Amino acid sequence: MDVRRWIVHLSGDDIIFWQYGFLKINQTILTTWGLMLLLAGGSALVTRKLSPGIHVSRWQSALEILVSMALKQIEEVGLGNPKKYLSYLATLFVFIATAVVCTIIPGYEPPTGSLSTTAALAISVFVAVPLFGIAETGLGEYLKSYLRPTFVMLPFNIISEFSRTLALAVRLFGNMMSGAMILAILLGIAPFFFPVLMSVLGLLTGMVQAYIFGMLATVYIAAATRTREE
Amino acid sequence: MDIIIIVAVASIVTAGLTTAIGCIGPALGEGRAVSSALTSLAQQPDSASTITRTLFIGLAMIESVAIYCFVISMILIFANPFWNQVIAQAGGK
Repeated sequence: MDVRRWIVHLSGDDIIFWQYGFLKINQTILTTWGLMLLLAGGSALVTRKLSPGIHVSRWQSALEILVSMALKQIEEVGLGNPKKYLSYLATLFVFIATAVVCTIIPGYEPPTGSLSTTAALAISVFVAVPLFGIAETGLGEYLKSYLRPTFVMLPFNIISEFSRTLALAVRLFGNMMSGAMILAILLGIAPFFFPVLMSVLGLLTGMVQAYIFGMLATVYIAAATRTREE
Repeated sequence: MDIIIIVAVASIVTAGLTTAIGCIGPALGEGRAVSSALTSLAQQPDSASTITRTLFIGLAMIESVAIYCFVISMILIFANPFWNQVIAQAGGK
C-alpha cells in the first residue's frame, strides 16, 4: 500500500522550493509575496499622478471608491475616527479579496487556503485590538474593560479573546480550503460545467469572507476602543 | 479485527456523521436569521443597508460553525494523524 496516495494536497504548503534547516520557501509564501508586489506596485503606479480635478483616471476613481466605501463602513460600525484605522482594516480586506479574485488565474492557489496564512492574519488582529484599544483609551482603562460587566467575567473575557482569534483563522481557512477542494474533486468528475459554477460560487463566498474578516476586525477594535462616559 | 480496520472505520464514520449532524444546526439558524431579516426589511425599508450588513455578518458567524464541522471531517479523511501512524506501524512489521 503506497502511503503517498493518501496524503492529499490540502494547500500550497506542500510544494517547497527552497529549504535551509527549518526555513522553507513554499508556494504559499511565494504567492503571498507575489500578491503583495501586485498590490503595492499597482497602487504605486496609480497614485503616481493623483489629480484633485474633475477628470481623473479610472484607476484613481476605483481607488477612491474603495477608500470612501471603507471609511463609510468603518464609521457605521461605530469607530469615531475612521482614518486612523483605515490603513489596517482596509489592508486586511483588500489583501484577502485580491487573494480570492486571483483564483480565476489558472494554476493559482490562494494563499489563504493554508492555515498558516489565516493564522498569521488572525494573530495580527489579536495583537492589533489591544494596541488600538490602549492607544485610544490608555492602559488602565483598557485593562479595566476586561472586568466589565462584573469581575467574575474576567476568565471568560480572556477566553473569548483567544477563541475569537481561532474562529477568525479557521473560518477563513475552512472557506478557502473547501472551495479549492470541492473544485479539485469536481474536476475529476465533470468536465467543464460544474467546475465553472463551483468556482463562481467560490469567488462569491471568498468575497463575502474577505468582507466578514474586515468587518469582524472592525467590530473587535470598536469594542476595545469604546470610551465610557461615567 | 486488527487496528487498521478499526481506525479506518471510525475515521470514515465519524467524518460522515460530523458533517451530517453538524450542518443541521447552522442551516436552521441561518433560515431563522434570514426570515427575521426579511421581516424587518419589510417593516423598515429605509434601514436596508444596516439590516443587510448585520444579516451578512450574522450569517458568517453561524456559517463558521458548519465550517468547523467540515474542517474536522476533512482532517479525519485526508490528514488523519492516527491513520499515518497505523500505516507506518503496519509498513514496519
